[in-house]
Amino acid sequence: MKRIIAILLTVAVGIFIFTGLYGEDSDFKAFGEKNISDTVANSYVDKNVDADRESPESGSANVVTSIVVNYRSLDTLGEVTVLFVSALGVALLGGFLKEKVTFSVKPGFILKNGMKIISGIILITGIYIFIHGHLSPGGGFPGGAMIGSSFLLMYLSDEEFKTKITAFKIMEGTAGSLILIIGLAGLSIGGYFLYNFLPNGNVGDLISAGIVPILYVLVGLKVGSEISNLLGNFLNGEVE
Amino acid sequence: MIEVVEIIVGALMLLFAVLAIESKKLINSVIYMSLMSLLSVVSFIIMKAPDVGITEAVIGSGLVTFLFVITLTQIKKTGDTK
Amino acid sequence: MSQYLYIILMLVGIYGLLSQKNIIKMIISLNILELGLNLFIISTGYISGSNAPIIIFENDTNFVDPLPQAIVLTAIVIGFGVTAVALMLARNIYKKNGTLEIDEIRGEDND
Repeated sequence: MKRIIAILLTVAVGIFIFTGLYGEDSDFKAFGEKNISDTVANSYVDKNVDADRESPESGSANVVTSIVVNYRSLDTLGEVTVLFVSALGVALLGGFLKEKVTFSVKPGFILKNGMKIISGIILITGIYIFIHGHLSPGGGFPGGAMIGSSFLLMYLSDEEFKTKITAFKIMEGTAGSLILIIGLAGLSIGGYFLYNFLPNGNVGDLISAGIVPILYVLVGLKVGSEISNLLGNFLNGEVE
Repeated sequence: MIEVVEIIVGALMLLFAVLAIESKKLINSVIYMSLMSLLSVVSFIIMKAPDVGITEAVIGSGLVTFLFVITLTQIKKTGDTK
Repeated sequence: MSQYLYIILMLVGIYGLLSQKNIIKMIISLNILELGLNLFIISTGYISGSNAPIIIFENDTNFVDPLPQAIVLTAIVIGFGVTAVALMLARNIYKKNGTLEIDEIRGEDND
């Protein structure tokens, strides 16, 4: 009985979506036939590379980075806040469980000695990806998740590894405060919150594009320490 | 040629999704979901979005699968469900 | 053609949320719904015959639309946070009631 009602409701939602998108009087273009000159992103791409200006306005070689950090940076601040709230929720709910996750299989020889080689390589790859966020694809979010993965390998392969490291709490608070201080400095110099007040260099250098690499490094460190805290509280559900 | 690859990847993802919902053991559903995340990275690269591909590959295949498997070891019967 | 497949993937996720009785299967269906939605949003920004949005030479601007990619980059990380909190809630429900089927938790009242 429950299945029949579920199938009927799903088919009704599907018919509604299909006739709304592909009906007669809708301006939804078919797949792959969009014209970029009547979208909002036309002015973003135009300001990034332009032969008439003496230097492009935003200066980073990756257009998605200049949208996420420079033109729409308030959304990135909100997203970092959502991750902070979810890490807080996991830590609070773990206090009711009061037990430690134990496995019936002890870590063997390959896991213990492989960890010493591999986890250092993963950590360095994560740091490389968020430092070069404005030159090649990647950025702060996958770089921070890779730092979290390398700490997850350290948790799983050693039983006496402490899962509550106080250095993470200090790093997370410091990175968050520095983002707000840079934003307020931009407000006092240019008139807008998070205004780009350092000079742009040549497109393609490591030090270019104003405050974009500095902000992405701080976002990457904050996301990495939040994900490591979340995974540590997921494994041990006790309050110290 | 590229369009044929895209349609085959999309049809495989749909097949694994239906199998993940209707299977009897819970551990099989988690493995099918990890396979779906792997195939979606190929779709993202064919549609010329490299940033999104890297992010989905790191989060979808490493961290979400770990969360599900740890939850399944804390429940006594990981076997048949009704 | 592949846009139709992504919309059908979203509908499979909605069917799974409506008809399953185990809490972990509901969380898996929520993840399938979010995966289909992210794929559909990126497919609305694709332009045939264009390149990825990274500047290599100075005056070559034949890019795909970069705005949906900036939106989906945030949505993937938020989906991971929601899954983590939902699984901690499921563990607490199991510890209090001893089972994870919603028929036995609710107490079998049919009206």
